[in-house]
Amino acid sequence: MSVELPFEKPLEDLRKKIDHLKKVGQDQQIDFTEELARLEERYKELEDEIYSNLSAANIMHLARLHQRPTTLDYIPLVFTDFIELHGDRLFADDLAIVGGLAKLNGVPVTVVGHQRGKDTKDNIQRFFGSPHPEGFRKALRFMQQANKFGRPIITFIDTKGAYPGDTAEARGQSEAIARNLREMALFGVPVICVVIGEGGSGGALALGVGNRVLMLENSIYSVISPNGAASILWKDASKADQAAEAMKITAKDLKEFGVIEEIIPEPKGGAHRDPAVQAESIRDALWRHLQELSALEPEQLIEDRYRKFRAIGKFAELAPAMSETP
Amino acid sequence: MGTNAAPNKTESGAEERPKREIPEGLMNRCSKCGNIQFTKELEKNLKVCSTCGHHFRLNAWERIAMTVDEGSFAEIDANLVSEDPLEFPGYKKKLAQQTENSGLKDGIVTGTGEIGGFPVAIGVMSFDFFSGSMGSVIGEKIARVIELAGEKDLPLILFSTSGGARMQESILSLMQMAKTSAALAKFQDHGGLFISVFTDPTMGGVSASFASLGDYNLAEPGALVGFAGRIVIEQTIRQKLPDNFQTAEFNLKNGQLDKVVHRKDMKSFLTKLLDMHAVKGVRTDVR
Repeated sequence: MSVELPFEKPLEDLRKKIDHLKKVGQDQQIDFTEELARLEERYKELEDEIYSNLSAANIMHLARLHQRPTTLDYIPLVFTDFIELHGDRLFADDLAIVGGLAKLNGVPVTVVGHQRGKDTKDNIQRFFGSPHPEGFRKALRFMQQANKFGRPIITFIDTKGAYPGDTAEARGQSEAIARNLREMALFGVPVICVVIGEGGSGGALALGVGNRVLMLENSIYSVISPNGAASILWKDASKADQAAEAMKITAKDLKEFGVIEEIIPEPKGGAHRDPAVQAESIRDALWRHLQELSALEPEQLIEDRYRKFRAIGKFAELAPAMSETP
Repeated sequence: MGTNAAPNKTESGAEERPKREIPEGLMNRCSKCGNIQFTKELEKNLKVCSTCGHHFRLNAWERIAMTVDEGSFAEIDANLVSEDPLEFPGYKKKLAQQTENSGLKDGIVTGTGEIGGFPVAIGVMSFDFFSGSMGSVIGEKIARVIELAGEKDLPLILFSTSGGARMQESILSLMQMAKTSAALAKFQDHGGLFISVFTDPTMGGVSASFASLGDYNLAEPGALVGFAGRIVIEQTIRQKLPDNFQTAEFNLKNGQLDKVVHRKDMKSFLTKLLDMHAVKGVRTDVR
């Protein structure tokens, strides 16, 4: 286990100590059973201590960990019979977005998500998971198809944000995102969104207008990356950790704000420690919400989604108030 | 009319020229070409530079005075104010400063009125309040004016100007994009007419939500309209972008706008467009 996450350093140190003691015991035929048991006990305590008290900044680092499972890692674990589809029919096949048809516990659904790369080459192909307009339009095409055929829509959100490029602007980055927001509001099928890693800004929201929005325990969701916020607010991108705390970006924060419906717990140490177990809890959560939503008629699903987003926001209305609060 | 007519900085570099003495309030320097003109003349010219045609930024009340028929504007939701839901460092203080500077409670004024005699629901954003950044109040006021337009069967006109989302409200500000777009979805799905006018500048979360969803998307000449900021893009692609990047004209050329409309023609153009929608359906019995 290499330490990419500084907060895991004490754990790694202790693990080394345990391994060392084991080796010494074997080499010199000494019985350390008791000491080892004690150290393992201490390791578990330390793990609990560290992982149950993660700061927002540390959660951000975990959410961005390159070993963290991506959309394409989860799809075969959560669903069966995945058929990947391609292209927006207008311009290109943006590989920062993946999706297609699949079955969730035997029920056909459309699944679509952001896709980060696994290595440098993959990342370049996939623009580090940051879609161009054609990516959002590809996602929209899949979702419209689902709507037409009455299939539920599942989205996986994992992006630093829409790609900031000149060609992206020229092809209408704003319009592409805006259109998704509007069209997603009108789908007469259940839409369930899961933030699996980083939910960055409009590029994340463009897949995020769901009846239910769920977040993995160590994922984040924010209006601008904490790095971006730090450089705008304090002219210093290196203060991202500080911004992460101030911006309330964790699943717990968003649950309190009423922006998300549920936090899906992660295996100890993060989703990457056990993607199969993580996938199982994602499937269970999706299934539960899908069953609830399936009881609603198309019009009710639209109204349910509208009410959810219409209610988000915090403001005060000074007297004399002429109009009523929703 | 407000008094905050100070020309805002642009990236044109005009600010760097040696300063000549300008009597406070009496005269104005164009941030684009550096031309100095009498404030009175500038105002008579709808705050468009007489030399280069640069459109100075307007605050919400100036815009309303220029656009809505005199005496017809009735403001709604005037008493909505921002809270500090995240207890974000410095936010409350900054809000107070913004109100002091602009005389506004937040970055948009909404209401009903008439344009060329046609009744409309209208919202006008103001860059002089917190750079027009969209937080809960702007999102709520836009959603309400959209719903009002739906209830009263009025055409909807929104003038946008915004630096983007209001970071100090983080996720709540992001969700205003979904909220306003969902409200528009409902309104437009029921046949509602929405005319969106981009003014300088309209960026980020506002550009990427309601502002781009007009049945007709218009912009003032030279208005900066885009999603990501120039600096971020230049850093990403490691290239210098052309001067006209993300201008209204750039967006028109790239198919993102229906028309670029000069300020002096805006009211008559809106009137013309509203007239086109005054009769619904296929009818030949009206003249």
